[in-house]
Amino acid sequence: MSEHHEHRTAVSLEGLREDDPHLQPAARNPQLVERVIALTLLVGVVLIIGFGAAYWVNAAPWTLGATMGGGLFFLGVGLIAWAKYLMARGPFVEERHVLATSQDDRDAFAAAIVERGGGVVKRRRVLGGLVGGGLGAFGVVALFPLLRSLGPLPKGTLFHTDWRAGSFAVDITGRRVRVGDLAVGSIVTVYPEGTQNTDRGQAVDQTVLIRLSNENFTTQKGRESWGPMGYVAYSKLCTHLGCPVGLYEQQLQLLVCPCHQSMFNVNNGAIPNFGPAPRPLPQLPLYVDAAGYVRAQSDYHEPVGPGFWERA
Amino acid sequence: MSDVVVTKRSKKQAMGKYGRIGKVLDELDDRLGVAKGGRSFLDKIFPDHWSFMLGEIALYSFVVLLATGVFLSLYYIPSSAIVTYHGSYLPLDGQSMTEAYASTVNLSFAVRAGLLMRQMHHWAADIFIGAMVVHMARVFFTGAFRKPRELNWTIGVTLLTLAIVNGFLGYSLPDDLVSGTGIRIAYSIILSVPLVGTYLAFFVFGGNFPGTAVLPRFFILHVLVVPGIMLALVAAHMALLVRQKHTQFPGEGRTEDNVVGTPMFPVFMAKTTGFMLIVTGVTALLGAFAQINPIWQFGPYDASRISYAVQPDWYMAFLDGALRIFPAWSFHSFGHTIPLEVTIPAVIFPGLVFGLAYAWPALERFVTKDVAMHNLLDRPSSRPKRTAAGVAVLAAISMLFIASSTDVIANFFHVSLNTVLWSMRVLVLISPFVAYPIAYKITSELHATRGSGKRKTANVVTRTEEGEYVATAAPAYADDVAHDLAPTPVPQFIETSQPDEEPESGVRAIDR
Ligand code: HEM
Ligand code: FES
Repeated sequence: MSEHHEHRTAVSLEGLREDDPHLQPAARNPQLVERVIALTLLVGVVLIIGFGAAYWVNAAPWTLGATMGGGLFFLGVGLIAWAKYLMARGPFVEERHVLATSQDDRDAFAAAIVERGGGVVKRRRVLGGLVGGGLGAFGVVALFPLLRSLGPLPKGTLFHTDWRAGSFAVDITGRRVRVGDLAVGSIVTVYPEGTQNTDRGQAVDQTVLIRLSNENFTTQKGRESWGPMGYVAYSKLCTHLGCPVGLYEQQLQLLVCPCHQSMFNVNNGAIPNFGPAPRPLPQLPLYVDAAGYVRAQSDYHEPVGPGFWERA
Repeated sequence: MSDVVVTKRSKKQAMGKYGRIGKVLDELDDRLGVAKGGRSFLDKIFPDHWSFMLGEIALYSFVVLLATGVFLSLYYIPSSAIVTYHGSYLPLDGQSMTEAYASTVNLSFAVRAGLLMRQMHHWAADIFIGAMVVHMARVFFTGAFRKPRELNWTIGVTLLTLAIVNGFLGYSLPDDLVSGTGIRIAYSIILSVPLVGTYLAFFVFGGNFPGTAVLPRFFILHVLVVPGIMLALVAAHMALLVRQKHTQFPGEGRTEDNVVGTPMFPVFMAKTTGFMLIVTGVTALLGAFAQINPIWQFGPYDASRISYAVQPDWYMAFLDGALRIFPAWSFHSFGHTIPLEVTIPAVIFPGLVFGLAYAWPALERFVTKDVAMHNLLDRPSSRPKRTAAGVAVLAAISMLFIASSTDVIANFFHVSLNTVLWSMRVLVLISPFVAYPIAYKITSELHATRGSGKRKTANVVTRTEEGEYVATAAPAYADDVAHDLAPTPVPQFIETSQPDEEPESGVRAIDR
């Protein structure tokens, strides 16, 4: 190490005469260049002062940005031009020294670790094992509270929504939907009553209610009673990544997810017919009660939204 | 004491040859021993090549991010508590929204220079990551990652990963309709990890989506944890650079054992400071004139609403593209689901891309068996295989980037979404195999052409007396001939022609 330094110092102790070509500016006409640079810097200074003034009077954001940005830009250009055209043109050279040290140094280093350190452990294996084991155990044990305090365990929460047998379907304002409310072809987003303004209601329970006809509507075998008076309800969470399936193409009777364009056919149980979504949107079984309100027969029969490991 | 006359000159002599600054340095050196190292730091040589500026752009946009970010964090409130907005932006008056969103709207309209700072911060993030990618390409195509610089390559890939993560975290903070949808997608991606996905997602979000923990957590990650790690890594990146010195392109007087260029002080320092001012200035101009992320137009996040054109920032687009075009291949068996349609494009694929980046120096070394030290750079054309491999990867990623706009493309060209989808699938799969041979061919031809990159000179044909025709090449254009001086070591001192002591004069300035 020190050898290299001495060698280096000897080399760089050289001086250069003031008129050495390496120390001359690159510009052919330094006086002119200096004047141009001075002008550039001056513009920069004026703009920076302008920025101060603009800030003082609370000018529009674009004025602030223009004066500050322009000022810094001109100062920067001036400074670079000064360095490039008026400072010593070079080129200069520097030697690299070998980074590697001598074999003796390496051996000494390795010996310190292997013999001095390793020897200590080898002589007292039990102590070494205990210290190592203790620290290792701490590392593992410390992970538990660190991880475990971050959040609750998922348990069954991903398998259920807040829809229950008898839940009223309400819109975002909390108004219960009655059978006469929707014309055929209309759609509304509904929530189980009481959740419409909650995070969970909006993120998990959100459901699209579509009126497909005036008679009971069967979307699939086994769901004969799920679509009373033409009302069918599907989870609004895309089965791809959970974006709300927010666009309804009335003519094609498709629900479209704007995130990655999955399309679900509402007539046949929301089976995806385009895009990356792998599963149909779960359908919510409905009934219309005696007073004409649209209500849920039960919760969804399967987890809503995107896939996960525990899902069957 | 009174009989000692203090003159300017005697004072100057007492100060030593280098005056007050010299004195301060002496004191410092007594305590820290900085003279030798400091001097050699000031003498450090920086190669003059434009491509070395790319890293500087990244560095200075990081500085801009830190500065503007501190400003933003004085006003931004990381809270999902619901408030009713009554601020200066009237279209949102009376709406309920999270405090995070309200504070970002206030930052944009009520805080002096707030909108400028927000837009500068966002532009700086886009420029930062862009500059990192291009800088990384420079290092890759010139082989600057080879021994002894593999560690700095690894740090660089880590920095890029962290920058992308932090960009996503920051983008999420305003809690507007677009960024909220992004968080929702991120949650579902974490959920898709086999075996532990639900646990991971619940731990990151503090429960089921959305909960109220995510904004404060993202905030502290975004403003403290990730930038802190990045700052340390940037420092390590620079320290290695100083220790190992720069690479340089081959050329006259340049060898494996030297560096030719501009010394740190004062020339490079002036240039790079100027550069920092320009990067900051350009970011401010963009912030002033190019609107970015107008969150007040998107509205507050509401999990059951969605805006039509949801698109993430550009550096996340290749993932979005991958998610769009990957087929709906969910795997179900033994009572479990692996959502391959998410896991493969959004977890495994980026893992492979970044894994490949991490592994490249070792892979290349395994193939070429080249274990030598390399301080001189390759020209991309002299390593056709590496260049072609890099171009192939870039081609596939660019196709994925384009695939993130399938809907826009379909609307714009009036073709069906299905056609666009299948075209993009085909393009992504075949583009690397098309790009590789083309890039290989071009680079190897370039390599074989002598004097490539220089202008062709005329062939002068003359007729001799005997009627014979002789062709001779005209000399090269003056501009194409290197006319640099031979490089010289940075001078230890400069001999001036005038003596620097003022000649002794009869008049003494007395100073009390
Ligand atoms: C690694 C560098 C960083 C990147 C890539 C980054 C990126 C971003 C992005 C894209 C946004 C969204 C801006 C918008 O509203 O349009 C953002 C917001 C924000 N960032 Fe950063 N940032 C970085 C570092 C920092 C640091 C160091 C701080 C604070 C010390 C910070 C503080 C903030 C705050 C408070 C917000 C939210 C306010 C707002 O959105 O306007 N950022 N960041
Ligand atoms: S989230 Fe609906 S298609 Fe991706």
